[in-house]
Amino acid sequence: MEKLYKFLKYTFIILWTVFIVAPFLWAISTSFKDFQSVNSKVTYIPWLDFEPTLEGWRVLVKSPARGGVDIVEPYFNSLFVTCTASLISIVLGTLAAYALSRFTFKAGFVRNNDITFFFISQRIMPPIVLSIPFFIFLSTIGLLDSLIGLVVVYIVLLMPIAVWIMVDFFNRVPKELDETALIDGCNPYQAFYKVVLPNSIPGLIVAGMFCIIFGWIDFFFAFILTFTEVQLLPVKVVALNSSITPWWSLSASALISVAPLIIVAFVVERYLSKGNLSGALK
Amino acid sequence: MNFKHKYVFLFPGLFVLIGILIFPIIFTIRLSLSGWNSYTPEMNFIGITNYIRLFTDDPRFWESFFRLSFLSVTTVILQYVIGFALALIVWREIKFKRFFRVIFLIPMMTTPVIMTVIWRTFFHESLGPVNDLLGNLGVEPILWLSDPVIAKFTVIIVEVWQWTPFMFLLLLAGLLSLPKEPFLAAAIDGASPFRKFVYVTFPLMAPISIGAIIIRLIEASKIMDTVFVLTSGGPGTATETSSFYIYIKGLREFQMGYAATLSFTYLVIMIISLTIIAKVLTKLMIKE
Repeated sequence: MEKLYKFLKYTFIILWTVFIVAPFLWAISTSFKDFQSVNSKVTYIPWLDFEPTLEGWRVLVKSPARGGVDIVEPYFNSLFVTCTASLISIVLGTLAAYALSRFTFKAGFVRNNDITFFFISQRIMPPIVLSIPFFIFLSTIGLLDSLIGLVVVYIVLLMPIAVWIMVDFFNRVPKELDETALIDGCNPYQAFYKVVLPNSIPGLIVAGMFCIIFGWIDFFFAFILTFTEVQLLPVKVVALNSSITPWWSLSASALISVAPLIIVAFVVERYLSKGNLSGALK
Repeated sequence: MNFKHKYVFLFPGLFVLIGILIFPIIFTIRLSLSGWNSYTPEMNFIGITNYIRLFTDDPRFWESFFRLSFLSVTTVILQYVIGFALALIVWREIKFKRFFRVIFLIPMMTTPVIMTVIWRTFFHESLGPVNDLLGNLGVEPILWLSDPVIAKFTVIIVEVWQWTPFMFLLLLAGLLSLPKEPFLAAAIDGASPFRKFVYVTFPLMAPISIGAIIIRLIEASKIMDTVFVLTSGGPGTATETSSFYIYIKGLREFQMGYAATLSFTYLVIMIISLTIIAKVLTKLMIKE
């Protein structure tokens, strides 16, 4: 019985691992193929099934004028929009979360929980609902197809995440901490900045990671609100897909685009194993 | 503590969010009462004509809505079951524990549309590896993307791949934060692993489970990226979800007024149904 259970357990996680890794392996293999080895029959292993070439990767560093795919600019655009929006969301979201966790608010029938819910409920908003008014609004003020326009939209996307994680986290930081600081003569801002914040690093890291993930992987807003001046990474890669589809450069650019965040998986795991995350994510 | 300072903390965030959102929402409601389209791109007033059209003469929207409900409920159930199983396995000591944990997390870090581009080549009906490998086993080629029924399951497979890690992460973090005492008590009583799960782990995890399921349902109700790249709603309208339909009406056919009507109705339905689901789940999973 014990043995059977163990066998099933390992079979399950190994099968799941294969399922997770399969598309990556396929993409890596495809990125070294040429026209012949993609279109004649299905091939898998380099040297054995097909002769690998670096063409798919070379396209990424060539200039667009010579048939290359410019991926560097979208990369930096994505990086800029994600980081700026995350930073603003974290700063504003953390302040608001601190207020909601420490003070009581009353305005008519509105209480703390209602305000928190208001923040978090913005995640329910389907992107399409926002994108049509934003499309018209940004084109009126001339910010369509610009980085600033995107940052503004992304704040709506990310601030709810920051508030959601930080309210829970601050609720777990003992109140005595700031009370002691206040008695010692700090004003509320000093108490927050010098005492509470340094004790909230794990929460801030989790919130930051989530903001970066959900900013980096967004496609829809970038797709609707930008065209040619500013292109974000996902839009660029998907645009490659709709042209004649050279699978090799498509795979290479896809792999390069998803690579940076895979590092985040290692960071998340480290925090999980140290037990820091469990409090922040409950 | 009774300070005016508390507003200094709360207001910047609150007002930035309201400031960004208030315009789009009011604008959507106003737009939904207009006949804005590519012929008359202006804010005229046609009353509730659009709403009448939606409720009496647009089966395609309601079909896309039920399809969306089917897709999101199915994917979330699968994600919950698989995610919980994976979390339970790597919760306890196991060989290569940290390796598996990292692997199980990776898909949620990757951009859905970009991975879907890869999945499209993966499920390609003549040049993709899936049909090729199945062909070696003697299976006839499966029409992963062009059969109306199978295409739905392809979308589900990709969604499950993409988002099970999120469920896994929330549930594992929950498991790791559980108190030790109940498990010790169960061990002393000599409970079997199955009974331990039913009587200790599962009840303790109920609140966390509800949170995770609702978060995932909220995100799943927005399924769009995957469908957009994988099938473009096709074949026909077989995988079209509400968001995608609104996108076609609004930003391809430029029936902005009608698209705003759809958006607003969709948003209201979303809020109501998610609230009901949250209430029902809480009732079902937490006894007392």
